[in-house]
Amino acid sequence: MSGAEAAAGDAVEIEIPARADYVSLVRLVAAAAAELAPGLEASRIDDLRVAVSEATTNAIQAHIRSGSNRPVKVCCRCSDGSVVVTVRDEGPGFDVDALPEMPPPESEARLGRESGLGISIMRTLADQSSIDSCSEGTEVRLAFLL
Amino acid sequence: MSVTIRRSEQPPWTVLSVAGDLDVVGAPDVRQAVVTAVAEGSRLLALDLSALDFVDSFGLGAVVGALKRVRQRGGELAVVCPSSRIRRVFEICDLDRVLAMHDSIGALPEPSAAVRGGAAADRRRP
Repeated sequence: MSGAEAAAGDAVEIEIPARADYVSLVRLVAAAAAELAPGLEASRIDDLRVAVSEATTNAIQAHIRSGSNRPVKVCCRCSDGSVVVTVRDEGPGFDVDALPEMPPPESEARLGRESGLGISIMRTLADQSSIDSCSEGTEVRLAFLL
Repeated sequence: MSVTIRRSEQPPWTVLSVAGDLDVVGAPDVRQAVVTAVAEGSRLLALDLSALDFVDSFGLGAVVGALKRVRQRGGELAVVCPSSRIRRVFEICDLDRVLAMHDSIGALPEPSAAVRGGAAADRRRP
């Protein structure tokens, strides 16, 4: 697929088993797909790798927690104006508006929190992001503008 | 395995050099290496991330955990991170405000006298 073809809106879709050792494969595929989009700088592709890693790991963990053996689905779509990565799981979902706030880094309480930064990182790194979650699953959409 | 970890003594620092991808797969290995080093008496711990290719929030969690464990022993943690790409992930989460980050092993500072003395005593302890 050439860059021009990618710009026309081609998509790369993969399904992975809900296992942590597949996260690196998703990063690799998403970054390779994004590289086909003309105009996305290397530093933005680095941002995409991190954001996609967060979304995919969360999806895998949702399946593991719920005991689901269904695959996690990832779609990378390059269009004229953006690269959009969508990560879908079939986990139990969560309340997006009820995420706990992270204590400030200088506080002792912060040192007790070794997780919980993923969604914040995704939202910071993507130009546009959305999380739709219900009892049947969660879809994370991450857009990087060209 | 997504990370390789090499431990070396560069007095007064114990250095854990981490290479590869520090993600959900690699973070537990780093966490275990830190626990082992601290249990063996290392109070001046440096995480050398010079050869790190990737870090995400799970990797950051392992580093925050290292800071907690070293501080519980009255020690100091230093992070060697010359890559602006890797450092950016720390900065997004404001962790650069609490982590001592350096460009090279050679740039590690002299630890405070109190910590240095405690570290020496720990190493003499059987």
